[in-house]
Amino acid sequence: MNFPILSAIIFIPLIGALFILITRGNEKNVEKNSKYVAIFSSIFNFFLSLFLWYLFDASSSNFQFVEEKVWIDGFIKFKLGVDGISILFILLTAFIIPICIFSGINSIKFKIKEFFIAILVLETLMLGVFCSLDLVLFYLFFEGGLIPMFLIIGIWGGYKRVYSAFKFFLFTLLGSVLMLIAIISIYWITGTTDLVQLLDLNISKEYQYLLWLAFFSSFAVKMPMWPVHTWLPDAHVEAPTPGSVVLAAILLKMAGYGFIRFSLGLFPVASEYFTPLIFALSVIAIIYTSLVALMQEDIKKLIAYSSVAHMGFVTIGIFSITKQGLEGSIIQMISHGLISSALFLSVGVIYDRFNSRLISTYGGLVNTMPKYSFFLMIFTLAALGLPGTSGFVGEFLILVGVFQINFFVAATASLGVILSAAYMLWLYRRIIFGQITNSDIKSAKDLNKTETYIFVSLAFLILFFGFYPEPLINTVNVSINNLIENYQTDLDFYLTQTNN
Amino acid sequence: MQTVIYILPELFLSLALMSLLMLGVFIKKSFKLVNSLTIISLIFAIALIINQPNETIKVFNDSYIIDKFSIVMKVITLLFTIFILFISKDYLKNNNIDKIEYPIIILASVIGMILMISSYDLIIFYLGLELQSLCLYILASIKREDQKSTESGLKYFILSSLATGLLLYGCSLIYGFTGSTNFEVISKSLDSVNSGAIFGVVFVIVGLAFKVSAVPFHMWTPDVYEGSPTSVTAFFALVPKIAALSVFIRFMYVPFGNIILQWQTIIIFLSIASMLLGSVAAIGQNNIKRLMAYSSIGHMGYALAGLAAGTNSGVQSLIIYLIIYLVMNLGAFACILLLKRENNYYENINDLSGLSKNHPMIALCFLIIFFSLAGIPPLAGFFAKFYIFISVIEARMYTLAIIGLLATVISAFYYLKIIKIIYFDKPKKPFDTSYDWGLKIPLIISSILILTYFVYPSAILNVISFIEIH
Repeated sequence: MNFPILSAIIFIPLIGALFILITRGNEKNVEKNSKYVAIFSSIFNFFLSLFLWYLFDASSSNFQFVEEKVWIDGFIKFKLGVDGISILFILLTAFIIPICIFSGINSIKFKIKEFFIAILVLETLMLGVFCSLDLVLFYLFFEGGLIPMFLIIGIWGGYKRVYSAFKFFLFTLLGSVLMLIAIISIYWITGTTDLVQLLDLNISKEYQYLLWLAFFSSFAVKMPMWPVHTWLPDAHVEAPTPGSVVLAAILLKMAGYGFIRFSLGLFPVASEYFTPLIFALSVIAIIYTSLVALMQEDIKKLIAYSSVAHMGFVTIGIFSITKQGLEGSIIQMISHGLISSALFLSVGVIYDRFNSRLISTYGGLVNTMPKYSFFLMIFTLAALGLPGTSGFVGEFLILVGVFQINFFVAATASLGVILSAAYMLWLYRRIIFGQITNSDIKSAKDLNKTETYIFVSLAFLILFFGFYPEPLINTVNVSINNLIENYQTDLDFYLTQTNN
Repeated sequence: MQTVIYILPELFLSLALMSLLMLGVFIKKSFKLVNSLTIISLIFAIALIINQPNETIKVFNDSYIIDKFSIVMKVITLLFTIFILFISKDYLKNNNIDKIEYPIIILASVIGMILMISSYDLIIFYLGLELQSLCLYILASIKREDQKSTESGLKYFILSSLATGLLLYGCSLIYGFTGSTNFEVISKSLDSVNSGAIFGVVFVIVGLAFKVSAVPFHMWTPDVYEGSPTSVTAFFALVPKIAALSVFIRFMYVPFGNIILQWQTIIIFLSIASMLLGSVAAIGQNNIKRLMAYSSIGHMGYALAGLAAGTNSGVQSLIIYLIIYLVMNLGAFACILLLKRENNYYENINDLSGLSKNHPMIALCFLIIFFSLAGIPPLAGFFAKFYIFISVIEARMYTLAIIGLLATVISAFYYLKIIKIIYFDKPKKPFDTSYDWGLKIPLIISSILILTYFVYPSAILNVISFIEIH
C-alpha cells in the first residue's frame, strides 16, 4: 500500500479550493461551477475516507497508513498516520463538510465562491489535525484553522459578527501560543517532535506538569471548558449555519482529540495529578452551563451552552482513564458532532424562513411543518440522551467509566442529564407546540428536498449508532486498550523511579 | 593591487554612482534612464558579490572583511533595493518627485550600507553609517514642498545625529580603553572587568538600537514613516534594517563576543520593550504607515530576541526572521502603493473599507500578508517566529518566549482589525486599477512566497546554515 491515501484525503479539498479560486467567467457560471467543484471534492473525499475505514485494520494498535517525509532538515518530519481513535474523527469531518456545503448553498446569499474556498481550506486543516503524527505539524493545522473560521464568522455572520469573530480568534490564539512554547520545549528536552517516538520516551517528571498545563490551556479554550467557554456562545450565535455546524461538530472535537492523544499519551504523571482539576471544571461546566441554557431566549445560544455541557461529559470521560470512559467520550464526541450539527441545521431551517432565532417568535410549528417537527423531535431526544439514540450510548459509557473512579463526580454529572432533558424538552415544546402567535408561521413551507435528505442522513446515523454502536467501538477498542496499557506502564515507571 | 579585487563591487557601485550623477545632470529629464541604469548596476553588483571568493578575507590592514555573512547580507540589501526601485516608480511619477536624485541617493545610501556590513573597524563602520544616514535624511524630505515630508526629514536628522553622537562617544570610549579600533583587537582586550569599555559598549548599543528603531529609541519611527513619501517609507522599512541588524550582529559577536553576559540583559530588555510597545501602540493607529511603523518596531523586537539568545542558531533564526520580514513588508508596501484614486494616494486604514468587493485580488494579498505578519500558521510569518522561539527556548529564556508570544496575540488584534476593515465592512468607491507591473510583480511574488513557504520551510535555512560570525 504505497499510495499516500492520507495525503490525498487531506489535500483533495485544498485542490478543490484552488480550482474554485481560479475559475473565471460570468458570475452565474462561476457560481455554478464552484458549487459543483465543492460538492464533488467533498463527497469524493467522504467516499475516500470510507474506503480508508474499510482498509483500516482494527485489530492493530499501531499507527497505520504512515507517511513520512523530511520537512525541515533534521528537525521536523511531515508525518501522517491514523489509529482507531483518529480515523473516526476523519470520518466525521469528511461526513459533516458535504452537509455544510449543501446547507451553505441554501443559506449563504452572497460571495458563495469565497465561502466554498473557506470551507474547503478548513476541511484540509481539520483533517490535517487528526492525521498528523508530529507536534509541530499538529500545531500548524490546529492554528491554521483559525483563519478560515475567522473569515466565515466575520463575513457571513450575523449582526454582532465582528465582535464574535475577534473574540473567537483571540481567545483561541491566546490559548495556543503556550502550547507552541511547550512543543518547542519538548523538542529541546527530548530531541524530537515525532509523536510515535515521544510516546515511547518518558518525559521527565519535573517538566510534565508545566507542559501539561501549557497543552491544557490550548485545549481547554478550544473544548471549551468553564470558565474560558465564553467565546463559544458568541461565535455560535453569530456564525452562519454551516459555520456553527463545523464549529460544533468538528472544531470542538479537536480539543478532545488533543486531550486523548497528547495529554494522556505524553504526560501520564501530570494527567493523573491534574485529574481532580479537570473533574471540578467539568462538573461545574455541566451544571452551570445547563442552568444557563435553561434561561436562554435565543435558540442557537441554548444549543451552544448545551454543547459546553456535553463537552464537560467528554472531559470527565477522558480523564476517568477507564476503558468505558474513554470509549464513551469518543462515542459522545462523534454523536455530539452529529446531533449538534443536526440541531444547528434545524435552527438554520427556521431562521432562513422566519429570520429570527428567538424562541418567543415561534410556537405551533407542528401545524405547518410536520416533517420538520418530526426530525427535530429525534434530534432533541438524541441531545438529551434517550436510549436508542447515539447520545445515550456515549453518556452511559462515560458515567459507567466515571462511577468506577469517583462516585461524587458521576452523580453530579448525572444531574446534568436531567437538566439537559429539561432545557431540550422545554425548548421543543415552546417552538413546536402551543398556539401559533406569529402570522408568518401559518404560511410556512415544510422542509425542501435538500433539507430532507440532510436530515434523513443525520437522523439515520444518530439512530443507527444508538441501536448498534458496535462499528464505532470495534474501531477504537484496540487503540484504547493500548492507550490505557501504555498509560499504566508509564505511571508505574514513574512510581518506581520515585521509590528508588 | 591584489586587495582591490576584493572590493570590486563597492568600487563598481561608487563609479556607477558618480557617472549616473553626471549623466543625470547633463541630460534633461533623464529620471527613467537613471532609474533603469541604477537597477542594472545594482544587478551587476549582485553578480560581482556572488562571485567573490568563498572564504573569509580581511583587507586593508584587517579593517574590511569579506565573509559569507557579509556576502549574504549585501545580496539581500541590493536585491530589496531593486524591488523598492521597482515599486516606487509609479508613485514618484504621480507625486512629481521623479527626479534623478531619488535613485542616486538610494544608490549612495546602499553603498554606505554595504560598507557598514563589511566593516571590521570602528572607523570604517562609522564612515559607512554616516554615508547611509545622510542619504536617508535627504530621502525623507525629498518631497520638498510638502510640510510633513520636510518635517520628518528634519526630525530624523536631529534625533539620528544625537544617536550617532552617542555611538561615536561609545566608540571613542572603547578605543580609549582597549587601544584599538579593530574589531578583533577589541574583542581580545575587552572583558567583564574593563568597565570603561563596557560603558562604551552601552553607548554603541544605544546608537545601534536607534538605527533598528528598538524601544526606547523608537520615537522617530512613526513620525518619519508617516511623513516621508510612501515609497521612501517602504525603503526605510526594509533596506536600512538589513544593514543595521547585520552590524548589530557583527558587533555583538565579534568585538563584544567576550562579554555576552553583560550585553545580553540589555538586548533582552530592548527586545521585550519593542515587542510590547510595537503591539500595544499600533492598536490605536489610523494611518496605515504609522501602523506599519509600530509593526516594524514590534518585528525588530522579535529579531532582537534571536540576537539575545546569544547562540549561533539565534543568529541564524534572526537572519531567517529578517528575510521573511523583508518579504512581508515588501508585499505590504506594494499593497499600500496600490491604493490610488485619481492620483491621490490613500493612507487611512478606513479607506480600505470593503476592498474585498472591488479588488478581490489585492484584498487577498492583504489577507495573506497581514495574517503572516501576525504570525499565524501555516504562513511564512509563523515560521519566522517559530525559528526565533526555538533558539530563545534553547537558551532557556522562557520569560522572553512567553512575553514574546503574548505580544503576538496582542499584535494579532490590529492586523485582524485591518482584515476586518477589508473583508467585513461596507465597500467604498473603488480604487484605480493599476497596470503597473513594477508594483504587481513584487506583490505577487511576495504573496506566493509567503503562502507556499510551508511546502519547503528549510529553504532559507539551507542557504544561511553555513554562516558563522567571525
